[in-house]
Amino acid sequence: MGKKKFDPTVTLREIEDKFEMFQILNEEGEVINPSEMPDLSDDELVELMSRMVYVRILDQRSISLNRQGRLGFYAPTAGQEASQLASQYALEKEDWILPGYRDVPQIVMHGLPLWKAFLFSRGHFIGNQIPEGVNVYPPQIIIGAQYIQAAGVALGLQKRGTKGVAVTYTGDGGSSQGDFYEGITFAGAAQSPAIFFIQNNQFAISTPRSVQSVGKTLAQKGIAAGIPSVLVDGMDALAVYKVTKDARERAINGGGPTLIETMTYRYGPHTMAGDDPTRYRTGDLDNEWAAKDPIVRFRKFLEEKGLWSKEKEEEVIERAKEEIKEAIKKADQAPKQKVSELIENMYRGELPVNLQEQLAIYKEKESK
Amino acid sequence: MAQMTMIQAITDALRCELKDDENVLVFGEDVGVNGGVFRATEGLQKEFGKERVFDTPLAESGIGGLAVGLSLTGFRPVPEIQFFGFVFEVMDSIAGQMSRTHYRTGGTYNMPVTIRSPFGGGVHTPEMHSDSLEGLMAQTPGLKVVVPSTPYDAKGLLISAIRDNDPVVFLEHLKLYRSFREEVPEESYTIELGKADVKREGTDLTIVTYGLMVHESLKAAEELEKEGYSVEVIDLRTIQPLDIETIIASVEKTGRAIVVQEAQKQAGIAANVVAEITERAILSLEAPVLRVAAPDTVYAFPQAEGVWLPNFKDVVETAKKVLTF
Repeated sequence: MGKKKFDPTVTLREIEDKFEMFQILNEEGEVINPSEMPDLSDDELVELMSRMVYVRILDQRSISLNRQGRLGFYAPTAGQEASQLASQYALEKEDWILPGYRDVPQIVMHGLPLWKAFLFSRGHFIGNQIPEGVNVYPPQIIIGAQYIQAAGVALGLQKRGTKGVAVTYTGDGGSSQGDFYEGITFAGAAQSPAIFFIQNNQFAISTPRSVQSVGKTLAQKGIAAGIPSVLVDGMDALAVYKVTKDARERAINGGGPTLIETMTYRYGPHTMAGDDPTRYRTGDLDNEWAAKDPIVRFRKFLEEKGLWSKEKEEEVIERAKEEIKEAIKKADQAPKQKVSELIENMYRGELPVNLQEQLAIYKEKESK
Repeated sequence: MAQMTMIQAITDALRCELKDDENVLVFGEDVGVNGGVFRATEGLQKEFGKERVFDTPLAESGIGGLAVGLSLTGFRPVPEIQFFGFVFEVMDSIAGQMSRTHYRTGGTYNMPVTIRSPFGGGVHTPEMHSDSLEGLMAQTPGLKVVVPSTPYDAKGLLISAIRDNDPVVFLEHLKLYRSFREEVPEESYTIELGKADVKREGTDLTIVTYGLMVHESLKAAEELEKEGYSVEVIDLRTIQPLDIETIIASVEKTGRAIVVQEAQKQAGIAANVVAEITERAILSLEAPVLRVAAPDTVYAFPQAEGVWLPNFKDVVETAKKVLTF
């Protein structure tokens, strides 16, 4: 028997090939992995579907409000509902969410009032004033910065002995940032209760996933940090829910953090500020992903079980539209942001002399 | 000659240098197929290929480190930082590494890097996308910092920056990208770094400024002219090093000066200009040198941006204080 020649490329392929995409519902809404079915009641299944439908409407309305100039910064979410909402659905109130700027739906579901989310979009700090008891950090603009902060929150929860987890989201592009590696490394080393999501929506603005890494998966990046790492179908709400729930269980029982890559797609542009996806994506690719749509798939599954109907969906859509209208009305009532308020908000402690002087100047200007 | 916006002039400068020097490499986030989020690199990948103009993985610190390494192997990197608010992610590469390389290697290596980045405000971006962080760069020894205010200047200054053998931070004001066109030669030309430009001549007051504030200052100068004041406007163009000679010559002529910057009062270039004037020309001064700047807060939330940013009215108000002192 000849000695096996050492070949690191073989080791690499072996590890990469182990990352199969976890799925429960196929594109037809059929359960292909019954033994992994999460423990969700009929009502809970309906609630999860309702949230996805609601957020799809919220996305459509947000885009049109942006076009009318009634919303500011907005990063479209359609296509990512299962990835975003089924993961949040597996959390508890004591868990913390550190979102990226596309992850507004999760923090709304976690307790941030919708009207505040609209004010965040409009560039008003009331939008970032998080109500007491809502464990949410405002959306992060710097790609990946939330990862290392999540490691910090997780360490804090661990030190306090709180039965909660820190959950954070970035994208395929974000997984290239140094902060990404630092976040998973720190949380891994301390075995802190964190769940790190890579929502791989295939493009970082225009840059395709293939430019980010030669690795077969992004999930495998967790291996180097020594933490359980999962590749999941991000268009399958049940699969996303299941892997999140399991990761949470592991985390609160001392099993440390988990990295989860959700395979998903952003149907719309990167943001509403002039991005044109036709410059870098083909219609064929769009269609390929539309066929995997998370809502269509979950609808088929629920209809098959007799839990969902056209009427039910209409009801959710109407409620969404009504609540969005109310939230915009409430956001409209917020007083216009003043420079004097910005100055007053610079420090928790006493205002330094330079700002005291400037405060007087701006207050006078504003009184005119 | 062609009519160009500043963004077209920048693309044109990059094209000239890519053509002229095979060692010039343009890279960053979305600069390839997409031509950059502002289209500054539009068409360049198509013209020069993926070897010369390429998308990187999404990591600003990676982009900065790459520039250092490519410089060591003889290239002339022209990386783009997508928005200058992201500079904190690449701060070590810029301020901790490339600014010091020539110094710490006793001249063995140099860093002919030109970091291009959009900065400034007034276009209602989300946070960290608008900021005036040039002060951080200008106070870092080893860097040169350039801020053009017109399409013509942008092209000539960018070509000079790329040809410069030391690291240059080249800051492009967001609001000036497409705000106006002017005649720009299609051929290559340079504008010397470190040289200010007198954008308007006058005898009663000197306004020293740069970037978008050049245009607010010119507008203020017109207002003041209606009231009989003759105002000189100096566009610094390079904020590190400062063109002290031009500033002092003007102040000696006018006897009065104000400095206008978009950045916060505590954060910008103005304090340095005031210090140079008082050190070198105090006996020529008829009045204190005052500053127009944004207040000392973090960059404004978009809703308050319009009031927060200095404008020509603020310039007129401060100018009058000095003129009537």
